[in-house]
Amino acid sequence: MCKDCGCGSGGTGYRINGKTPAELHGGHDHDHDHDHPHDHDHPHDHVHEHDHAHGETSHRHVHAHGHSHDHDHEHHHHDHDHHHHHDHDHHHDAPPLGAVHQPDVAADRVIRVERDILAKNNDLARQNRSRLAATGTLALNVMSSPGSGKTTLLCRAIADLGSRFPIAVVEGDQQTDNDARRIREAGARAVQVNTGKGCHLEADMVGQAVAALELQPGGLLFIENVGNLVCPAGFDLGEAHKVVVLSVTEGEDKPLKYPDMFAVADLLLLNKSDLLPHLKFDVGKCLAAALKVNPHLQTLVVSAETGEGMAAFYAWIEARAAMARATAAAEG
Amino acid sequence: MHEMSLCEGVVGLIEDEARQHGFHRVKSVTLEIGVLGHVAPEAMAFCFEAVSNGTIADGAKLIIDQIPGSGWCLDCGKTVPLTERFGACPDCGQHHVQMTAGDELKVRELEVE
Repeated sequence: MCKDCGCGSGGTGYRINGKTPAELHGGHDHDHDHDHPHDHDHPHDHVHEHDHAHGETSHRHVHAHGHSHDHDHEHHHHDHDHHHHHDHDHHHDAPPLGAVHQPDVAADRVIRVERDILAKNNDLARQNRSRLAATGTLALNVMSSPGSGKTTLLCRAIADLGSRFPIAVVEGDQQTDNDARRIREAGARAVQVNTGKGCHLEADMVGQAVAALELQPGGLLFIENVGNLVCPAGFDLGEAHKVVVLSVTEGEDKPLKYPDMFAVADLLLLNKSDLLPHLKFDVGKCLAAALKVNPHLQTLVVSAETGEGMAAFYAWIEARAAMARATAAAEG
Repeated sequence: MHEMSLCEGVVGLIEDEARQHGFHRVKSVTLEIGVLGHVAPEAMAFCFEAVSNGTIADGAKLIIDQIPGSGWCLDCGKTVPLTERFGACPDCGQHHVQMTAGDELKVRELEVE
């Protein structure tokens, strides 16, 4: 992520409405040394250690050389199980008192970090959450596997709720702005985030997208995550609630196969119920599986196609939107 | 492959620490990854090598300490081992187990010079 503006032009190279975060920010320079692959083509005249991680194993080779070379290693896959169970007794901190400090001599030391890998994302998510709360916006992070009908469901909700709330949508896809176009045609404002190689949305992407949307107070924000039942579960975006969509053309045991997603969700929409007469799909079994991984999950059976069950989803939204507006008014 | 962005997070944390502690090279990075979490250690190792390339963490050894799962069984009233996130209690067979360990995802320590 960019250290100057926090705009997150990191390794996955995402785009918002087709623009890089740098372009959105008036094109200031983003020099990230991890952003571009490069050859190590530098002369060595010292002992050089390489550590290559292979799966759970790693090997080390040490070589001294006084010439230039490219690091271009073929990695063979090692099949042995190699779990790193280790109890360290490290000396922490500074050298003992009385030791002469010699800046040129490398002193090995161990730094206790004990920090959550997702700390940065979680900080940005908190910022998004307070920004959304300040405008009384109800933000829903909508997640599912590809093809479960998220965009169709949102288009229907926009058509049905558009007169009651200002609605905006952040659309996440690896490529294309097809979904943002569908949302705009349905009558809501939309920002397309293309994640490039990224398999999920992250808080900084949503922060950028929300800034581009200029949210109206008291509105509804749908964040349509990248179609993926695994990765988006781990990333807080600053939403009020996570909504998982599962369609009846998928297996009824999906909640057991992908428990992380169902564990973090607040609401399950079981979509495409209009197809049930043609399928051997046991709704009860599916909901039981979902409740097994998340006893607090709320569940609704809907069809975005026919509109069946959607009134219940709207009631769910309206109750929470009213709460978001009231909270913003009380704190405003 | 959300491991790619997790590894970017790890490198970001290392860069923060480098600014704070003023080291120039990282010999090893130790992560704690819970076995019940959503992270594949193999993918972390693969992505770390790619993401750390050209950064201060270039060439650092990635050590992954896998934390076994455990939970509190509401029926038995004790801590039991868990092999799946929403698995049954190995003693009573009920699924009323609240996970207490196994979804760790953090950088524990760095060996630097």
